[in-house]
Amino acid sequence: MVEVTLWGSLAATAGGNSKVEIEAKDIRELFRKLAEQYPGLEPWIDQGIAVAIDGTIYRDTWSKKLPEGAEIFLLPRLAGG
Amino acid sequence: MNFDPRFSGRKFTSVGTRPIRPDGIDKVTGRARYGADFNMAGQLVGRILRSPHAHARIVKIDTSKAEKLAGVKAVITAADLPDLTDGDAAMYDVLDNCMARTKALYDGHAVAAVAAVDARTARQALKLIEVEYELLPHVTDVDEAAKHTAPLINDTIFTEGLEEKPVKPSNVTKRSQFGHGDVHQGFGHADFIVERSFKTEQTHQGYIEPHACVANFSSDGTADLWVCTQGHFVYRQHCAQLLGMEASKLRVTSSEIGGGFGGKTHVWAEPVALALSRKAGRPVKLVMTRDEVFRASGPTSATSIDVKIGARKDGTITAAEATLRYSCGPYAGSWAEIGAMTAFACYKLDNVKTVGYEVLVNRPKTAAYRAPSAPMAAFAVESAVDELAKKIGMDPVDFRIRNAAQEGTRSSYGPVYGPIGIGPTLEAVKSHPHMKAPLGKNQGRGMACGFWFNFGGQTCTDLNIGMDGSVSLAVGTVDVGGSRASLSLVAAEELGIDYAQVKAIVADTSSLGYNDMTDGSRGTFSSSMATISAARNAIKILRERAAQMWDIAVDDVVWEKGHAIAKGEKHGNLGKLSLKEIAVESGKTGGPIAGHSELVADGAGVSFATHICDIEVDPETGATRVLRYTVVQDAGKAVHPTYVEGQYQGGAAQGIGWALNEEYIYGKDGRLQNPGFLDYRIPVCSDLPMIDTQILEIPNPNHPYGVRGVGETSIVPPLAAIANAVSNAAGVRMTHIPMSPPRILAAIEAVREWSK
Repeated sequence: MVEVTLWGSLAATAGGNSKVEIEAKDIRELFRKLAEQYPGLEPWIDQGIAVAIDGTIYRDTWSKKLPEGAEIFLLPRLAGG
Repeated sequence: MNFDPRFSGRKFTSVGTRPIRPDGIDKVTGRARYGADFNMAGQLVGRILRSPHAHARIVKIDTSKAEKLAGVKAVITAADLPDLTDGDAAMYDVLDNCMARTKALYDGHAVAAVAAVDARTARQALKLIEVEYELLPHVTDVDEAAKHTAPLINDTIFTEGLEEKPVKPSNVTKRSQFGHGDVHQGFGHADFIVERSFKTEQTHQGYIEPHACVANFSSDGTADLWVCTQGHFVYRQHCAQLLGMEASKLRVTSSEIGGGFGGKTHVWAEPVALALSRKAGRPVKLVMTRDEVFRASGPTSATSIDVKIGARKDGTITAAEATLRYSCGPYAGSWAEIGAMTAFACYKLDNVKTVGYEVLVNRPKTAAYRAPSAPMAAFAVESAVDELAKKIGMDPVDFRIRNAAQEGTRSSYGPVYGPIGIGPTLEAVKSHPHMKAPLGKNQGRGMACGFWFNFGGQTCTDLNIGMDGSVSLAVGTVDVGGSRASLSLVAAEELGIDYAQVKAIVADTSSLGYNDMTDGSRGTFSSSMATISAARNAIKILRERAAQMWDIAVDDVVWEKGHAIAKGEKHGNLGKLSLKEIAVESGKTGGPIAGHSELVADGAGVSFATHICDIEVDPETGATRVLRYTVVQDAGKAVHPTYVEGQYQGGAAQGIGWALNEEYIYGKDGRLQNPGFLDYRIPVCSDLPMIDTQILEIPNPNHPYGVRGVGETSIVPPLAAIANAVSNAAGVRMTHIPMSPPRILAAIEAVREWSK
């Protein structure tokens, strides 16, 4: 079980919850279960969400493991220049 | 990913040296081929008709007269680029931006295009296209556009991110919020509070090379596109989607790039060129004029930002808050969101709140510009930080050191930081001789910090070893700042060979797997990771071939300093085999030797910089002169230090232009009044001092060599560092960028008036 923190706008889509507990071993499972529990998040996941694991931001590595007790933070997927 | 990206702390032989770049001679002798340098036999000239109105409904377009003009081979409108975006709102906006459908949304919006045998005929044809417009009220100012009374640009947009869905449409497309703690409580603990509002005007990336391409659509449904871009794979995806093609049927070759800085990250006119070629049945060359580049491509946001920061007497910040409004052009974007994330990222804050509002205006579609959105937020925050330090009576560097984020700090945008470089850049600035240099009359010094995320992304690389032992490296990230040199160094490092043995090229989209574009400071970070992986895969093959040549087990062969070495006493009589010796025999040991890699290079490390600037202000005219400028930035590991320094200097130079001169100026009619380099003045050599640099190397734990991106962070601190310098020199706080002479003079005169 990992605790996942959602940024402000995303929390509104997840019924106002800024922190949710999810049983997930990697980013792929995290997104799948988030979409199941909070269908409003699905379009956001489709558009792209970045996942910060203990401060390191992952945008595309959906196989990245979520270590027990790690800080998991969802962030907008940003553009660069 | 079958590759361990963790930092290994190895000692380097090639990495960190400064050889000549492989593309250098062609560039300085004029042989390098940029977008407009490519030509095909029988090519037509493409030209685009653009709206002269800021906001107008397109009632009717009659192209019949243009089509009848001798020499015209194709005329297209939005009808020739039907909507194939299948609900993809972002791509629909790109399509509508390439060719207006129902409304012209800004001065310069494309409404039709022609392909003709020469430029004169094409221009004549544009004049023969009759467009009937119904003029609509327009708005170009970000604050005006955010008002409830403003003309609506898109009446289907309702502000996202509010607790309750609004009942009325708005030009504010989205509200986003970041932060933690309780700012109200935090301000209650403050002894000093600074609260100010800031504005920055819209600027262009100012790339010297305009958008240019040659499109050649074949009657068999395949096509080629030669184009100046930061991401030819991304352009292929965009064009294929917008023209209803399979991606593999479109081959895109990137040219050399004369600057992009974020402005060449999505298509502007390339689908138009392809649609013209498809209709005409001939190649079409389309090169934007400078006027078109300004009016219809890539400016950054104009902004309006309110900042409030409170601190105790001892210099500890107790709360920080910002409200940021960013213009997006006429299409939804996430520019204020990025500003809201980056605004306070340099600081350790218990109570912080940022709110961003994305605002539609009748201006060109906003594009990324080098660390997009961060410079404006840093300008506002770092100006307020400087003022607060002054109010408390602390040195601005010491004040920032006291409040700097460090490993373990919860960032203002959410996650907790790993190892970061803001503290070391500040310490380096504190002890830098620049900070102690004397200043003369009317001169001021300013400093400021900046932050950028840096990204990785999808990356694919091929490394081929020729039978003569030379190595060709094919990468898919466009070289915008010397990455062919840095990646050749990385290949040489891994293989243990000389840099001169490696030749790097940017491969076309049919020769390599998909690569994300060169943005987010990812070029060297991502492609070096893939190059290391490809080289290690090639080394496996080299060891196998050596084992064959020696007729021993491959496990007994190791790779050291460019040679296969047989390990163990039983092989004691075997000499070393060089890469070249193995390559020469490759035809008899199994064929070509190559290493391939495809990976997602995630885990790019965040980056920080601190800049120092000395400015002289003429109190009679408001004119400024940059006397000295120093950049201190964390690179993680500088693969090719000269090009890292070049990135630092380039960001600072662009920031100086943005801070002091550059500005989109719109008339009341909503038309851009300065779409040219004479009236939109970017800095030239004589405007700039030699920009000093200091590279810090705090390794990124998620890259084998510790590399972080370096391309963007250098443009984040300049607006603020220069504003602090000008404010100190002029004796008045500057709150509006650019600080052009009339603005500085007005600020000085306002103080004189007030002091009377």
